Amino acid sequence: MQTEILIAGFGGQGVLFAGQVLAYAAMDSGYEVTWFPSYGPEMRGGTANCTVIIADEEIGSPLVAHPQVLMALNAPSLDKFEPQVVPGGLIVANASLLNREVERDDVRAIILKANHIAEDLGDRRMANMVMLGALLTQLPVLTLEQVKTALKEHLPERKQYLLEANYRALDAGAAQAAELIV
Amino acid sequence: MTVAAPTKPKNLKLVYQRPESLVDSATHYCPGCTHGIAHRLVAEVLDEMGLREKTIGIAPVGCAVLAYEYFTFDGVEAAHGRAPAMATGIKRVLPDRVVFTYQGDGDLASIGMAEIMHAAARGERITVIFINNAIYGMTGGQMAPTTLPHQVTTSSPRGRDVATQGYPIRMAEILANLDGAAYIVRRSLHDATNIRKAKKAIRLAFEAQVRDLGFSMVELLSTCPTNWGMSPVEAMEWVRDNMVPTYPLGDYKVAPELQKLRV
Amino acid sequence: MTRELMKGNVAMAEAAIRAGLDAYFGYPITPQSELLEWMSKRMPEEGRVFLQAESEVAAINMVYGAACTGARVMTSTSGPGISLMAEGISYIAGTEVPAVIVDVVRGGPGLGNIAPSQGDYRQVAHGAGHGDFFPIVLAPSSVQEAVDLITEAFDLAEKYRTVVFIVADGSIGQMMEPVSLPEPRAIQREAPDWAVTGAEGRPRRTLTSLYLQPEEEEEVNLRLVRRWREAEANEIRYREYYLDDAEYVVMGFGTAGRVALSAVRAARAQGIRVGLFRPVSLRPFPYQAVRELAEKAKAFLVVEMNGGQMLDDVKAAAQGQVPIRFYGRMGGVVPFPDEVLDEIHALVSEPPTLDEDPRARWLDNMQRRMS
Repeated sequence: MQTEILIAGFGGQGVLFAGQVLAYAAMDSGYEVTWFPSYGPEMRGGTANCTVIIADEEIGSPLVAHPQVLMALNAPSLDKFEPQVVPGGLIVANASLLNREVERDDVRAIILKANHIAEDLGDRRMANMVMLGALLTQLPVLTLEQVKTALKEHLPERKQYLLEANYRALDAGAAQAAELIV
Repeated sequence: MTVAAPTKPKNLKLVYQRPESLVDSATHYCPGCTHGIAHRLVAEVLDEMGLREKTIGIAPVGCAVLAYEYFTFDGVEAAHGRAPAMATGIKRVLPDRVVFTYQGDGDLASIGMAEIMHAAARGERITVIFINNAIYGMTGGQMAPTTLPHQVTTSSPRGRDVATQGYPIRMAEILANLDGAAYIVRRSLHDATNIRKAKKAIRLAFEAQVRDLGFSMVELLSTCPTNWGMSPVEAMEWVRDNMVPTYPLGDYKVAPELQKLRV
Repeated sequence: MTRELMKGNVAMAEAAIRAGLDAYFGYPITPQSELLEWMSKRMPEEGRVFLQAESEVAAINMVYGAACTGARVMTSTSGPGISLMAEGISYIAGTEVPAVIVDVVRGGPGLGNIAPSQGDYRQVAHGAGHGDFFPIVLAPSSVQEAVDLITEAFDLAEKYRTVVFIVADGSIGQMMEPVSLPEPRAIQREAPDWAVTGAEGRPRRTLTSLYLQPEEEEEVNLRLVRRWREAEANEIRYREYYLDDAEYVVMGFGTAGRVALSAVRAARAQGIRVGLFRPVSLRPFPYQAVRELAEKAKAFLVVEMNGGQMLDDVKAAAQGQVPIRFYGRMGGVVPFPDEVLDEIHALVSEPPTLDEDPRARWLDNMQRRMS
């Protein structure tokens, strides 16, 4: 059993952090996990992505050609990675930064206005958590509760004050997902 | 290396003997070469300061490549120019030991320029004995970074042409500009008076180290009669007449704590 | 045991600290800089030595100096830094002092790029500096294995008085995985009897790689060879996967090895009797184990993130007993398991012959792929 998730967006959107949250939750739940970042010479503003693989045995390749899940936080990420998602896979995309729908009809998709939802909650930076909440409704390997516990366990002391905001964003994303899944 | 102490005849005062830090053997240095003097001065100073058993010396690549053979304290042999980096590694893990490098002009001012500059800039608590004889000795008399303008060497056969081969580098002046340096001076070994001054400078350089004041270097104008093609006496005169004008003797940086010190 | 999610570079640094590291000297270079950064924070906390050198040349010579005092010392870098360190590495080997060097390999030659590569295999395993010497080279394929090997590396370096390389490509350095870190070891200890520490109450010691008399140098050379033979006898390390009934054997180290593992599992699921042999010690190379597999297998497939550098060692080990295919990605490209799976399928559908040139076939295939 192996679950492969590709998370992509602009640098600064919390792409790498969203992946780490999943990785922490997977580790705490007893799974093997790898978190593999794209790393480049640019420090800010470029594109960023990471691959998270969760498995119940020693993980082979840290990268996959065809991930089961794509979480795309912006348009270029959807353009680039939509064709790569495995048939029957899942795409969670951020409608706030898209000018189109998901074109594939052989995958499930959740398109939600993550930035708007996060802004309504009072913190635009939480768009990644909104997306993650939506994704978790369709990810059999981890529950929303496991991810919340992982956040609590691993969010550094100086960021713990953001815990509740993260929870709210996750919950909001999850709530929206139920209505939006196609 | 243990050597029986010389027996002292009655009513005579012992005024001169081999320092304990120096091995009782002949060196491989050429007749008239000042390496022997420099070695002896270092040995005398370390004896007088009681530091022999705490000292680790670092030999360079150059004529002094075997310098560690001539001292009775611990020693290592560095790659060409890298002695200050090696000294840094040693001093950082053994901060209570006395660490010094002994380097020639090719080693220190050419291939090892980065290492000496940064060791000084970091204020490494090491002492550097810099032998400047304006030539590459061991490899056969090629041009050094400190070779004088118009000086003939085996790689500047028509004399150093500054237009194409550049100018001599004055290391003491350069290093004195770095904040990490506590004691930077230039002395010469061409006569007895200057040798006495050189010894005092070496003492102060080691004082800078044990007093934790920063980086210290004594540049010593030295001879290479073999590669200069001179007799030992001519070589001493050549230092006085040609090197000293290019490389003025003097104190380029002396930490205030050292200025008050009487040694 | 509790696990922590750690980036490879950070995990290697922390493992080294827990292994009793006395001093770290390094210079920033991607993709290993997090290792240096972690050291800059943690070593002073532990009251130990951290220094950012002015260059890799200086860093390795600082390592050399500290190693001469008997300290546990290491540096880390990437390929261009290894090139600069080659001089110091040779001196360390010639002086017979222990040191650990981590190479987080990036794409090359030249400035190349910062993506994961295995292009330094030959540089570290076969030519880490001038003269006759044999570094031990260990290649982890996961963050946990990197931690385990770092811990071991210091003991090996001291046992054989040699340089030990950890060769981790950029992906091992950059990825995060759960790891169990070892308990911190007490910092050593008494200096070994060869260490240069000041001749207090004992005769002087000198450490040098200079032996002007050829016969004397030869004596040192022979001692290094003898020590190397001992390492060959005791320090071979590899991992085997699904090899018991395997007709086909895929070989790869580090990240290429774990990518191949995914492909082997997929092929197994399709009923192909294929296994994976993953060398962990690149030096000493597991020649004997490869040779034994060569006698049993129908064919080998060597997978690397370079142009077939380990391939040459596999060929030497196999001694013409088994046909060998090669699949490599270069320049910082990490292969996907699907690519390796395709090669496994090709092994079955178009079996290689003994006289096939693995590199020629691979190059032709790459040419077709590019055009």
